[in-house]
Amino acid sequence: MTNKDFHFVADIDKTQVAEIDAVRISDKPTNLYLDAWRDLRKRPMFYIAGLLILLVTTVAFFPDLFTQTPPNDNCLLANSNGAPTAGHPLGFTRQGCDIYSRIVHGTSTSLSVGLIVIVLTTLLGIIFGSLAGFYGKWVDAILSRAGDIFFSIPYILAAVVIMSVFSDFRNVWVISAAIGIFAWPSTARVLRGEILRVKQSDYVMASTAIGVSRFKILLRHVMPNSIAPVIAVTTISLAAAIVAEATLSFLGVGLPTSTMSWGNDISQAQADLRTAPQVLIWPSLALSITSLAFIMMGEAIRDALDPKARAQR
Amino acid sequence: MTGYIIRRVLQALPVFFGTTLLIYFMVFAMPGDPIVALFGDKGVNPAIADQLRAQYHLDQPFIVQYLIYIGGIFQGDFGTSFSGQPVGQILASTFPVTLRLALIAVVIEMIVGVAIGLVAGLRKGKWFDNSSLVVSLILISTPVFVIAFVSQFFFAIKLDWARATVSGEANFPELILPGMVLATLGVAYIIRLTRSSVIETASQDFVRTAYSKGLSKSRVTRVHILRNSMIPVVTYVSIDFGILLVGATVTEGIFNVPGVGRTLYQAIIRGEGPTVVSFVTVMVLLYLAVNLLTDLLYAALDPRIRYDK
Repeated sequence: MTNKDFHFVADIDKTQVAEIDAVRISDKPTNLYLDAWRDLRKRPMFYIAGLLILLVTTVAFFPDLFTQTPPNDNCLLANSNGAPTAGHPLGFTRQGCDIYSRIVHGTSTSLSVGLIVIVLTTLLGIIFGSLAGFYGKWVDAILSRAGDIFFSIPYILAAVVIMSVFSDFRNVWVISAAIGIFAWPSTARVLRGEILRVKQSDYVMASTAIGVSRFKILLRHVMPNSIAPVIAVTTISLAAAIVAEATLSFLGVGLPTSTMSWGNDISQAQADLRTAPQVLIWPSLALSITSLAFIMMGEAIRDALDPKARAQR
Repeated sequence: MTGYIIRRVLQALPVFFGTTLLIYFMVFAMPGDPIVALFGDKGVNPAIADQLRAQYHLDQPFIVQYLIYIGGIFQGDFGTSFSGQPVGQILASTFPVTLRLALIAVVIEMIVGVAIGLVAGLRKGKWFDNSSLVVSLILISTPVFVIAFVSQFFFAIKLDWARATVSGEANFPELILPGMVLATLGVAYIIRLTRSSVIETASQDFVRTAYSKGLSKSRVTRVHILRNSMIPVVTYVSIDFGILLVGATVTEGIFNVPGVGRTLYQAIIRGEGPTVVSFVTVMVLLYLAVNLLTDLLYAALDPRIRYDK
């Protein structure tokens, strides 16, 4: 009996260690975003949300594909708050207009407000959050306090004030700006927190050591590695912005009533809640489903980008 | 600890001045002349208008008005609304209503949210967990005014369990329905927060140790898992409480609750500068205080957190 037979440790070539340690050069290199994308494609939530978003976007761009009824012509007061009839599947508003057609044609308003708001909050959030997190010290102190100033006023109230200031110029751009200007600090906070974590990494120290400029380190190394949570937050704030537009219209300081929007329709239907609740329910449902789609997408993206959440499932 | 509190208060000062200046500026920039509006259809009497302008310092430049106003605040004078009522008095009559409403909402949030979240977290991946996640998603994506209308329609109009609108007294039983509506969003968030926090805590070593010491499942759940999962929930609840104190404009408007949110909204629409700015000032003070208290609460919940070096 040789000594070898008493080995309780398996020989290296009989284990999987070599297999695990091997670097397969032929494989595609992977990164956070590629992993997340692979993970995302396994989630049913991603597909449901994606299909809904696709549907809403198509409705916004091509409303005529979904209804031939013009939303504001042929409104007969005889049909006021009327029940559904042939060709008018959801019934009529108080003014006797077709509810379904108004919902279809109001989609683009809601979606544009959502998009403009997130462009604004992402831009401001990235500038303030990245500079505050990366440069720290007094830059952080000034930029973070500036964020706090906007954050400590609830953004619906602030938007009510701004919309009152611009009461003569209410349009999609003004309402988006009114929402966005007070909504960016949450994006900035998320990014700042992530950058504080990422800038401790060894690769940042390595870049500093070989003399890469601070700003280039921020752009090339820190930003790509800390932007992931911002993507998820942005998707969710798109939903919040759509709801905020409807809330402002509901409060009577939103878009002018001549602009077709879900918020305006809901606002006008509230007077008839007792007698004709369906007039209020349908546009509310359209609003809720749209915001549900974006929130689900945001959650799916966040979970896919977060290895900790991946393990939790 | 004292040093930490002083530092935090000092940091809050610029935020306080920034916010009040910002809101003062925005209200200042509102179109329309509130003094002219006071005369209604009667036609403006220039002598009285000038006298009123001087009384409300409206004839001064913007920054002087702001300084006079802030000076008054530090002497406990919140100014006078254009209808002649001291703003302090308006605050004193509306704030207790909003406080009651916020308390009801927070209690519902805590009980329902934590209970469902805990069960969901302990039964990760089972049908209860999945359905509670779906329900919470639906609640999060439904605008609060839709929830308010639907519950007003069902509970007050169809079933007649509660009154559709609140009376001037706004006592506790009347505020339960609006409180429930206000709580829905919080319930949804707390379910998700508690769930993920419970899942994370349950996989910690100290939980395994507790089980291996022979502790019962209920004791481990109550003392070890639940308590250590509460930090994100407490953060959320306290911030949410601060937000609710600021007044829920929409819910208070729909249920006709005479609270801070509705009063503030009406003041904005009427261009009542002094009222708006005073309300927002109190709101900001509350917000900053709640933030500080939250951070201090962390240390109470998790002994590992220390604020002094």
